[in-house]
Amino acid sequence: MADEIAPEYDVVVLGTGLTECILSGVLSVKGKKVLHIDRNGHYGGEAASVNLEALFKKYGNYAKGTEPWKNYGRLNDWNIDLVPKFLMSSGELTNILVSTDVTRYLEFKQVAGSYVQQGSGPKATVAKVPSDAAEALRSPLMGLFEKRRMKSFIEWVGSFDPKDTATHKGLDMGSCTMREVYDKFGLEATTKDFAGHAMALYLTDAYLDVKGGAPEAIERLRLYGNSVARYGKSPYIYPLYGLGELPQGFARLSAIYGGTYMLNASIDDIKYEDGKAVGIKATMRGIDPEMKFETKAKTIIGDPSYFPSKVRVVGHVLRAICILKHPLASTNDSDSCQIIIPQSQVGRKNDIYIACVSSAHSVCPKGYWVAIVSTIAETSANHHLELAPGIERLGRIEEQFMGPPIPLYEPLEDGTKDNIFISKSYDATSHFETTTDDVRDIYRRLAGEELVVEGLREGIQVAAE
Amino acid sequence: MADSNLPKPSSSVKLVLLGEAAVGKSSLVLRFVNNDFQENKEPTIGAAFLTQKCNLPTRTIKFEIWDTAGQERFASLAPMYYRNAQAALVVYDLTKPTSLIKAKHWVAELQRQASPGIVIALVGNKLDLTSDGAGDAADGSGEDGGEDSGDARKISTEEAKGYAEEEGLLFFETSAKTGYNVTEVFTAIANAIPETSLKTARGPGASHAAGRTEEQRVNLNGPRDAEAKDSCAC
Repeated sequence: MADEIAPEYDVVVLGTGLTECILSGVLSVKGKKVLHIDRNGHYGGEAASVNLEALFKKYGNYAKGTEPWKNYGRLNDWNIDLVPKFLMSSGELTNILVSTDVTRYLEFKQVAGSYVQQGSGPKATVAKVPSDAAEALRSPLMGLFEKRRMKSFIEWVGSFDPKDTATHKGLDMGSCTMREVYDKFGLEATTKDFAGHAMALYLTDAYLDVKGGAPEAIERLRLYGNSVARYGKSPYIYPLYGLGELPQGFARLSAIYGGTYMLNASIDDIKYEDGKAVGIKATMRGIDPEMKFETKAKTIIGDPSYFPSKVRVVGHVLRAICILKHPLASTNDSDSCQIIIPQSQVGRKNDIYIACVSSAHSVCPKGYWVAIVSTIAETSANHHLELAPGIERLGRIEEQFMGPPIPLYEPLEDGTKDNIFISKSYDATSHFETTTDDVRDIYRRLAGEELVVEGLREGIQVAAE
Repeated sequence: MADSNLPKPSSSVKLVLLGEAAVGKSSLVLRFVNNDFQENKEPTIGAAFLTQKCNLPTRTIKFEIWDTAGQERFASLAPMYYRNAQAALVVYDLTKPTSLIKAKHWVAELQRQASPGIVIALVGNKLDLTSDGAGDAADGSGEDGGEDSGDARKISTEEAKGYAEEEGLLFFETSAKTGYNVTEVFTAIANAIPETSLKTARGPGASHAAGRTEEQRVNLNGPRDAEAKDSCAC
């Protein structure tokens, strides 16, 4: 078996999270010889989708000797995401999926609705985020005059062109802040809240006062609008059987282009020459006898867990995975939705997100919903209190899985010095735009050029009927 | 030919290939899809998947044929591979006993991982290397494969057939090289797929399935008209 491992690879990739799998897929299509390893026995790493038994075992929240997962139907019907995210219909991940033809392995469904909360406690209301000017006019989120202001703001965002100063309303886009743009339209604080947090999807209010930050915020509003316009209902789509299908799809792409895949293999050592990584020593477990091997690598890519001494913690995410037997209240009995609770509504600095999917997306048996509440930790204790405003929205909860705060890692260096290119952790945002930013960033660092995915699938053959 | 103008209901079926390396999985598919055979074919690379239609009297089955792409080599096949597979071709090499052991392993794996209704065909390939398969392909041999006089056969027809019957598998001996029995395998699979588990073809313009409610399924490969018009629709 060991003789099936080449003495040298162009790229050795450690960890099968989405970032790593997209990079493997793209690099393989471009002709690189890739060896892709994971210490786990499953694909997806931190971003896998797991069944209920695996989830109970991960969190350990059950009495020894009991098997609570047996109360919830067929185990294979559960695909619970460890990291809750949706794809923006017009976002970059969708673009990469289409450009690489990985869409052939996956099926997507819309997320039924995108909602935002106003107020807190018993008086809180949840309403659909208006997706176009017409919806803005019907939205209960605003009073009559505010609706008109919002309508003209939304129309202006649609016609905005960063290069055409005639569309800039007399503002200097090089220096003006998004707060100044909102003020130009006379928007109220609550409207700024849902525009910035539920449409531009900023996690905090820091974006409001960034000098020259307006074009980026407007671009995010446009991404939201374009994504809604693509399929209607909400800006989000979601893969059947859970997000764990995404890394598997890109891993398959890589394998089809000659990438070698090895799960259940631990890295024993990284070999260096003159400070640069040049190879690995590893052991494939789960077979008898275990297989030890060494191979050279021109480049090494990995997730933070493989390089604990080369990363730092930049924050902590709090997450509670909840199993429900009902849809979320005030969401029109949606089979899936996102609810954003903007920070200012509940006296926080960071938004609280609720992502909810159900059997409509083949992630659980019929009659169940999976809701994941998450936010960025702001305290060092009482984390359940930080999530409480989100948990309160869920109603009766059958099972709840909440562990300690999850650290978010970033690499200390860009990899050009030691040949090791490390991805970032999956952050608290509700979509994959930061993940694909990281993919592009890593690609640029290791290849010295921009990643162009358009046209990649021209090289991908599908034999005709 | 007679009623070829009448549109028949068309369904797409995901078929997965399993079997030890070099037993001829891809060659079988190539023979089926292109009616072609390549001596010393390189291991499979670069095909997303192959498709081929199989015309039955009452309907058309469009096979989407998934190759393992080598991911089974280090026991790293993704669950996605088995997901919703309605048929599986488990291939062994008639001249190589270990390949049948491996095939049995894959059958067990399919029974554990795949959908309960999956149609599995056990296929002993390389019949051309045995005395049964030499030359003439039409004499329906293979029924009495016990006699291994001077040929390379190492696995008798009885042995494999008995196992297939025990496990409820379709069973064929084939030669991808001569083409013997290859189309028969796929036709038999097509006939064995229960009508109820069929859905209409996937892909552009055909994303609506019979039986299930699929109204929200989206086709990412469709025209991106939302972006085409420059003014954003928000």
